[in-house]
Amino acid sequence: MTGVFSWNLIADIRDMWSVAFMVNAFRAGTIVAVLAALVGWFMVLRRQSFAGHTLAVVGFPGAAAAVWAGLGVAYGYFGFCLAAALVIAALPQRGNRGYTEQSAVIGTVQAFALAAGMLFIALYGGFLGGTSALLFGSFLGITQSQVLILALAAVATLVVLALIGRPLLFASIDTDVARAHGLPTRALGTAFLLLLGATAAEVSQITGALLVFALLVLPPATAQLLTARPAASLTLSVALALVTVWVALFVAYYSPYPIGFWLTTIAFGLYVLAYAAVAGRARLGTRATHPIAAGA
Amino acid sequence: MFAHPFMQHAFLAGTAVALAAGLVGYFLVLRAQVFTADALSHVAFTGALAALAAGLDARVGLFAMTILIALGMGGLSRRARPDDVVIGGVFAWVLGLGVFFLTLYTTTRSGSGNGSASVTVLFGSIFGLSGSRAAVTAAIAVAITAALLTIARPLLFASIDEDVAAAAGVPVRLLGYGFLVLVGGTAAEATQVVGALLILGLLAAPAGAAARLTTRPLPGLALSAAIAVASVWIGLTASYLIPRMPPSFAILAVATLTYLATIAASRLPRHPTSKARTSHQDAPARAPA
Repeated sequence: MTGVFSWNLIADIRDMWSVAFMVNAFRAGTIVAVLAALVGWFMVLRRQSFAGHTLAVVGFPGAAAAVWAGLGVAYGYFGFCLAAALVIAALPQRGNRGYTEQSAVIGTVQAFALAAGMLFIALYGGFLGGTSALLFGSFLGITQSQVLILALAAVATLVVLALIGRPLLFASIDTDVARAHGLPTRALGTAFLLLLGATAAEVSQITGALLVFALLVLPPATAQLLTARPAASLTLSVALALVTVWVALFVAYYSPYPIGFWLTTIAFGLYVLAYAAVAGRARLGTRATHPIAAGA
Repeated sequence: MFAHPFMQHAFLAGTAVALAAGLVGYFLVLRAQVFTADALSHVAFTGALAALAAGLDARVGLFAMTILIALGMGGLSRRARPDDVVIGGVFAWVLGLGVFFLTLYTTTRSGSGNGSASVTVLFGSIFGLSGSRAAVTAAIAVAITAALLTIARPLLFASIDEDVAAAAGVPVRLLGYGFLVLVGGTAAEATQVVGALLILGLLAAPAGAAARLTTRPLPGLALSAAIAVASVWIGLTASYLIPRMPPSFAILAVATLTYLATIAASRLPRHPTSKARTSHQDAPARAPA
């Protein structure tokens, strides 16, 4: 963005952190990365990327509506994302075979939400610069109080996730057996969608509605590619997300291109590397000795 | 209303695109591939901006990018049916690239730093179509429709039961690729009319409604196309009568309401049977416990 890069990295970091907004950006980025990596891990496991993307996108009309109504943007994000999560949970899914129906429902919700966002912007009087910021976000200009709110919301989301984590994992891996054991799988699914909505609302305030998805899907997908054990995979997911966000912030500060581009490129690069590594290892014949790792 | 040339163009292009989207969408819903279309519509956004940044016509970028990525996603997966995570990963990155090209375009080409180009690409400008563009759009949409109807029968077979179709000698993989190309083409095409972000509604909502109304595939296909075309017509008329309402919103509002109405209609009388079905489903799951 603004900095002058030298090859002395420590001096660079010191220089970058002398700017107050970059310090706040790192704080917010760290919170968002941990949250997205943990919630996203379950999202990838449950094959709900489409729902996750939809909830992320819904933040855009939420923010547009809040701007139009003169409310704080955060209310719009949380209000719309949580409402959309309830809508997706309430509309028909038709059991396991009815996944077809659900994908149509989610697609409709998403398109309609975006169209509504378009309407709110038209009603507001078409301030186009603001639209780009809502869609693509900006790490700059984050205030201390915003970081505090982010942290509180993240802690609340993670506490709930920790409480339902074990049954949710069971229900995600084998829904039928979990239901047979008396777990309320449908209620767990709804609760998880709400958590996903809250996370999307939180993250999209920083990354913009269109790019939340990169943080939600790529680090967890990379982690699940590398290991099948839940605890190791969750930890790896968080680590990857943190590295992605930190490096992206650092590079974006010293380059003219936006944070969203670096964020997605680094995350995708890590995913491709992991994919190549796993595929290469399988081809070298270690598959015979580590069937689970290669299959994951 | 039809005295204005821009309304004639909007109706011409809108009808053709809706026809293609309704047909393609029905197969998407049947194959549970709506997420693929979602990803491809975002790819369309990146393609358009990449072409603009390179100084080319946006349409070149639209078609080249969507069709390339569609084939790429097919290649990364079994039987050309992209997996959830593959789609998600590719598509998150493509969006990031879109932002990159947007920056490149706004800083090098348009001079002024506003985002109006991206907003046009994202949300469409159906009232801004010129006569020749509307004609080209309509011609491509008709070509997509014709291609889809040609492969409709084997594709239907392959979508409903892939394994049996493969065993019967249907080229399942090839059909998967062909279908992905058609989806990419539709996404690129519709971007100019309803915008990259909103095409999903025209693909998913009419098809979802049609699938609720009938389980027979061929009437469902026709119904899906009819609902899509009707949504466009009603939406365009509504936004002509109420100038502050963006046409994209009006079109999608009609499609969404139609879908909601079919869900509500099929839920009320069938409630007891659907309950019976779920308890029937629970039975085998409970047995081992």
